[in-house]
Amino acid sequence: MIHQLWQSIPFACILLPLVSAAVCSVLKPAAARRFCLSIITVVTGLSVYLTAQFALGAESYTYMMGHYSAPWGNEIRAGMLEAVTALFFSVVMALSMLGGLKKIGEHIEEHQRSLYCVVLLLMTSALMAQVFTNDIFTSYVFLEIMTLGACAMIVSRKRGRTLLAATRYMIMNLIGSGLFLLGIILLYDLTGHLLMENLQTSVAAIHASGEYALPLTVVIALMTIGLGIKSALFPFHTWVSDAYSFTTPTSSAVISSLVCKGYIFLLLKIYYRVFGLDVVLSTGIFDILLVFGVVGMIMGSLSAIRQNDIRRMIAFSSVAQIGYIYMGIGLGTAEGMMAAMFHVFSHALCKAMLFLSAGGLADASGNSKKFRDLRGAGFRAPVAGVAFTIGALSMVGFPFLGGFSSKLNFALAGMSAGGTPSLLVIVALTISTALNTLYFLRTVVTLYRKPAEDVSYPAEKGRRGFCFGLSLVIFSVLNIAMGLFSQPIINAITAGLATFS
Amino acid sequence: MNLFTNYVEIASMVLFGIGFTTLLLHRNMIKKIIGFSMMDSAMFLFLAAKGYITGRTAPIVENGVQEMTAYINPIPAGLVLTGIVVSVSVTAVMLALTVRLYRRYHSLDIDKITELCRKEDEEA
Repeated sequence: MIHQLWQSIPFACILLPLVSAAVCSVLKPAAARRFCLSIITVVTGLSVYLTAQFALGAESYTYMMGHYSAPWGNEIRAGMLEAVTALFFSVVMALSMLGGLKKIGEHIEEHQRSLYCVVLLLMTSALMAQVFTNDIFTSYVFLEIMTLGACAMIVSRKRGRTLLAATRYMIMNLIGSGLFLLGIILLYDLTGHLLMENLQTSVAAIHASGEYALPLTVVIALMTIGLGIKSALFPFHTWVSDAYSFTTPTSSAVISSLVCKGYIFLLLKIYYRVFGLDVVLSTGIFDILLVFGVVGMIMGSLSAIRQNDIRRMIAFSSVAQIGYIYMGIGLGTAEGMMAAMFHVFSHALCKAMLFLSAGGLADASGNSKKFRDLRGAGFRAPVAGVAFTIGALSMVGFPFLGGFSSKLNFALAGMSAGGTPSLLVIVALTISTALNTLYFLRTVVTLYRKPAEDVSYPAEKGRRGFCFGLSLVIFSVLNIAMGLFSQPIINAITAGLATFS
Repeated sequence: MNLFTNYVEIASMVLFGIGFTTLLLHRNMIKKIIGFSMMDSAMFLFLAAKGYITGRTAPIVENGVQEMTAYINPIPAGLVLTGIVVSVSVTAVMLALTVRLYRRYHSLDIDKITELCRKEDEEA
């Protein structure tokens, strides 16, 4: 098969950051920073081009790695959905890095700053591999790279709490990847394949024959639980709050917006391309996910209400939002999957912005993340305040913002599902939205209240800088665009999912 | 009886269970890491056992024998090798984290470390 040049883009998106990561490790911090940012920008540009190709009518294709054809060689697959996901992931990655540059300088020791860029590039490469790979074992290897990268990102700020948080993160994630690997091994055992197309053919044959029904269910359950733990699905979310709240804002933004979403994308890909939705539906896993998602939505919000620390509040709100995504997947319908995928994007844009702006607000309040000290922070750090407000409104589901479109999608998907799921989704959406409003609007009000009189704020060290402002402005614009022009994105996801099997 | 013909699989699942529970529940960091190693090794044992075909040899061409029937399935062996590399690097990172935790808190007990951490935060 001869490939056109543009069809090599997915491969370039994986290889370029991987090679640059090695180069980055020998550069000086300032050069490494510039180099890293430009490489991520290049990846963004490449994924824009790829998305444009698919939007202009190119068909999805598989790309042969090396000169071994299936079922022996390794493959990459690209289609509309992969291209759009790669685009969103690389944009959020670039903006998170841009917005956190100053903080990286404060939190990370000089000689380690270029290593932080190495980790960011490795993370980009692993995310792209997760998005594009067509081989289930490759996805496992890059999944472990993501886990190690996330661990390094948490621990990059040297404090006792980050060490402990990273340890807890690793323990939970190792359990998750252990279960996922066991699932892959059992599946290989059942089918004898690792490429997704071949897997799907043999899984369909096994399912039709009625043999091995139990092992197949076990495999699906193992993979779901493994990736569920890694993406902070509700009962397994214990590592979230510490991991997000003590490290440098870029790390929190990247882990919550991208790493968790990468796992969710992989799970969707496995459902669609390895098992096929019908097989998964027949095992009843979706019902369990629906319940976990709904409980997570409510419990996450309830925990968020109890926090008196802005970063921890955002962290628990993440748990609730992951609950939304799993609720969409749990519906098991095309609409539900679309809503889940849309929420992956809108939440990625929103959460990264919230973490970055919370960092800026804390800066303007004597480095405290407590609500008590954050009063009036919106006036002291205007850009961060406005960005946080936009993010909070989007989370709550205010019209014209990304969050509104995703809630609308969930509601529509819930309605069309019918029966008990329909009722469950609508009720859960209502309760969860009310709870979201409670804690997000309370925070926004706090940000614009008069500060307590006995508190004085030390003058800030230096300016927050142009990069921080620029990144937040772009994030805000994207969030608004996501709400105003949601239809093209919805169309792209629907088209992508339709060719995803 | 399947239990006796599939004894390697049974053994690997028991080992997996032991490793899994140790990693999840044990308070001592070093034992957690040992548990993790056991869990991964158990999976490799399972995979290697699945790739083995009785009476055949490793897929290295010897004495010009090229028939497929002479050799075992090479793919699981390749996967095990990849898995071992991943497992070793994760173990190294975990040990490094443990060393740093120990230097800071002089303890390997994760519950005790959590407590010390909270205290440190309150004092700050």
